[in-house]
Amino acid sequence: MAVIFELAVQGAQMLVVLLLSPLLIGFVRKVKARLVRRQGPSLIQPYRDLVRLMRKEVVLADNASWLFRVTPYLIFAATWVAAALVPTFATGLEFSWTADLIVIVALLGSARFFQALAGMDVGTSFGGLGASREVMIASLAEPAMLLIVFSLALLAGATQLSTVAAFMGSPEVGLRVSLGMSLIALVMVAIAENARIPVDNPATHLELTMVHEAMILEYSGRHLAMIELATFLKLLLYMSLIACVFLPWGLDGASAGPKALAVGAAAYLCKLAVLAILLAVFETAVAKMRVFRVPDFLGAALMLALLGTLLLFVSRSL
Amino acid sequence: MNSTVALLLCGPAALLATAILAAAASRLAAATRLVYGATLAISAVLLATAASHLAGNPGEASATLPLGLPWTGARFRLDGLSAFFLVVVNLGGTITSLYGLGYGQHESQPHRVLPFYPAFLAGMNLVVLANDAFSFLLSWEFMSLASWALVMAHHRDEASRRAGYIYLVMASFGTMALLLAFGLLAGPAGTYAFDAMRTAHPDRFAAGAVLVLMLLGAGSKAGLVPLHAWLPLAHPAAPSHVSALMSGIMTKVAIYGFIRVVFDLLGEPAWWSGVAVLLIGGVTAVLGILHALMEKDLKRLLAYSTIENIGVIFASLGLALAFKANGMASAAALAFTAALFHVLNHSFFKSLLFFGAGAVLSATGERDMEKLGGLIHRLPVTSFVFLIGCVSISALPPFNGFASEWLVFQAILRSPELPQWGLKVIVPAVGGMLALSAALAAACFVKAFGITFLGRARSAAVERAREVDRWSLAAMVVLAAFCLLAGILPGFVIDSLSTVTLPLVGERMPVQMAQPWLSIVPIAESRSSYNGLLVFVFITISASLAAFFIHRFASHALRRGIAWGCGFPDAVPAAQYSAVSFAQPIRRVFGGFAFRSRETVDMPAPGALEPARVKVEMHDVAWEIFYQPITGAIDFATERLNHLQFLTIRRYLTLVFLYLVILLLVLALWP
Repeated sequence: MAVIFELAVQGAQMLVVLLLSPLLIGFVRKVKARLVRRQGPSLIQPYRDLVRLMRKEVVLADNASWLFRVTPYLIFAATWVAAALVPTFATGLEFSWTADLIVIVALLGSARFFQALAGMDVGTSFGGLGASREVMIASLAEPAMLLIVFSLALLAGATQLSTVAAFMGSPEVGLRVSLGMSLIALVMVAIAENARIPVDNPATHLELTMVHEAMILEYSGRHLAMIELATFLKLLLYMSLIACVFLPWGLDGASAGPKALAVGAAAYLCKLAVLAILLAVFETAVAKMRVFRVPDFLGAALMLALLGTLLLFVSRSL
Repeated sequence: MNSTVALLLCGPAALLATAILAAAASRLAAATRLVYGATLAISAVLLATAASHLAGNPGEASATLPLGLPWTGARFRLDGLSAFFLVVVNLGGTITSLYGLGYGQHESQPHRVLPFYPAFLAGMNLVVLANDAFSFLLSWEFMSLASWALVMAHHRDEASRRAGYIYLVMASFGTMALLLAFGLLAGPAGTYAFDAMRTAHPDRFAAGAVLVLMLLGAGSKAGLVPLHAWLPLAHPAAPSHVSALMSGIMTKVAIYGFIRVVFDLLGEPAWWSGVAVLLIGGVTAVLGILHALMEKDLKRLLAYSTIENIGVIFASLGLALAFKANGMASAAALAFTAALFHVLNHSFFKSLLFFGAGAVLSATGERDMEKLGGLIHRLPVTSFVFLIGCVSISALPPFNGFASEWLVFQAILRSPELPQWGLKVIVPAVGGMLALSAALAAACFVKAFGITFLGRARSAAVERAREVDRWSLAAMVVLAAFCLLAGILPGFVIDSLSTVTLPLVGERMPVQMAQPWLSIVPIAESRSSYNGLLVFVFITISASLAAFFIHRFASHALRRGIAWGCGFPDAVPAAQYSAVSFAQPIRRVFGGFAFRSRETVDMPAPGALEPARVKVEMHDVAWEIFYQPITGAIDFATERLNHLQFLTIRRYLTLVFLYLVILLLVLALWP
């Protein structure tokens, strides 16, 4: 019986992340529009966009290969699995031990690998441009992410997200400078990974500035819908990650019973709303940077994460 | 004499006999098939013997043959470590011979390859089995010379000759370092058997010197920076299946030599030895992959990526040394297992990728990526297995490269327990370097696959390309399957490595196959765990669900059209991103310190009709800092000494007289 309940909770989490992610994007867009005094599209516009894309025909370039057609499903699957493994409203789900934080980051790496390949498949300059810039950004974001994982693991003694979340929720954490550094570094990595301003602009189609959109320029119809959904899921994943590690309030084990789960779900929605508003405010306040400023931005994240780790050693030995 | 060892020694003997027969019969038309068939059978037998020894764990067995130096004989020994490396060598040998059955048919000068190929395999087998310094060095040199002959197979090519020359110089240098290391290990008594070295413990100075000499000797064969200069020249110059053996297997034999001496013969390590190996490993990983990214020759790219993987393995070995020095046996077992697992994985995917490069070469006659492109349409099977190799080497789940790199990171995460401050600070930094090299590896193989197989054809040779023969395809498919299997069942590999780690670091990793759902749990489940099988199953299920949903509810309409080119139709294939332009952002970020690269633009005067040109200037820093001064000094010295050849008889007599006087003075003044 308990097993069935836990499996149901795991399944619920998979569905929640899938169904909630377009709403999150809609919410961010709405807040951004309001901040610049526009009415903005409706909250459920991303769902409508997805449905419309599904109904449209696919226009495939003449020399697109099988890889181009398979990639949307692979990207979606890898991102969905990764997003479902991050604790959202409860920790310690049935399959949470399948992957620790390093695996989740690497799963997103797999998705990006195929996305970059698909960008190069048709053989236009746009795809190559997007792919080469994307791997450049990733080559700096991934080490920064690993160093963040390292300082978290140093504190919590684990890379398992459920354990980390439980530790961060316990009173023994206290306020630490290195945690603050890790948080800032994680936010910077999350902005870069999700192609948000100031690293990339999700709303632009101006060739010289785009990275992510350049890679998926040739996609249309149902394939584009899959990729868009994976992009939505990725934003939700990073927000859940920040929420579960740095805002672990209201998180409880999956076996704690329905009441605790309801509390966790309500807390999760509040955290997402707060993070989404912060993202929208941040994106409205800053301007996009030139592509070759991005290494400086991510280098700062890398150094912050490394400093956080070293500070931990120093503060521990005192 | 133990029967297993006898059988394992008969293998190299049979291989040598094959080599001699091949030398005699290499001009026959059927020789290619016969030689590769024979090596395939012999390697398979050796593989089965070594694997059953590793699985059955009957301990050690040794044998002495009445060969070599008079009255002493040549000693051979089989233990867990040799058995594991015999598996790596002979698995590589078996599959490469399978590939050679097809690929060897394209060889224009088979008589320059066939005799040396079995000899090369025999040399590698003997190095791993040797149990005294004499037979080790003899086999090592035999292996080097056989591979040198294979590098020189196409000796009419100027580049091959240069590669062969540099390889010969570096191999001699490496062997000299090994010779000195064994000299120090043998001590004043001159005990050259490994059994005697194991019990004699050298003092701290000698132990440090042995470690440095092993890093020079084994490291130059494995390709550690800055001793790597020969590797990206020599490995690609050989025929592709030999490149696979050299890159995938021979570098592993070098690692075997390092492990044998440093972990087995040298006794307890000092903690700073871990620091040295860790740092060299980290730097090697990053520089290796950065060089690979800048490369546009497919086989050279793969050779540079070998350097990166060697760096990862050495970093992991350094970690194991640091843990072992501090008595943290379980952490040392974790790091050591990770290193060995990566040895196995790299032998799989690097062989696979070199086979793929060979297939591309035989189908199109091109190694230059700038002339390839769009091969996914012409070589469907090759491109699919090459893709699997690329995903595996980029350390992406659920394939095997990720499993071993994940173990390395888990070992790195245990470093806070180390007592020394130096290690505490260095290990996270090396962890960052390894993460950087993993991310750059993904970038590099997006480039390798994307430019070679995707996009539109950049030359007419690609449009005529045909899928390669079945032998080659079979070898590549088998390796791709191994890459997936080792990725989703890492617990099986880790458990088989327990007999190797236990005697060398004093501990083994916990039993993994008993874990529920076959996940791997290096320390404790609450701490970290990874289940490649479930990740694979989840991705498959999610992708199938998505595909089913789309198939059921979404539109099926599909239209082919021309690609979007901003309104400019029919862009020429040359307008695509090339290998150089793909790497340009990364060159701008990292090139400044790694290559001292500089970009200059030749802008024509206004109104002039010639095109503007971008010039990129890059330097191989290791070459300029280490090699050029040495070669310069040698040139200078030879230039000066050259005059001694043209002296008159009086001056020669004066020289002899002066020499005699100096010698007598030294003897007189000697205390």
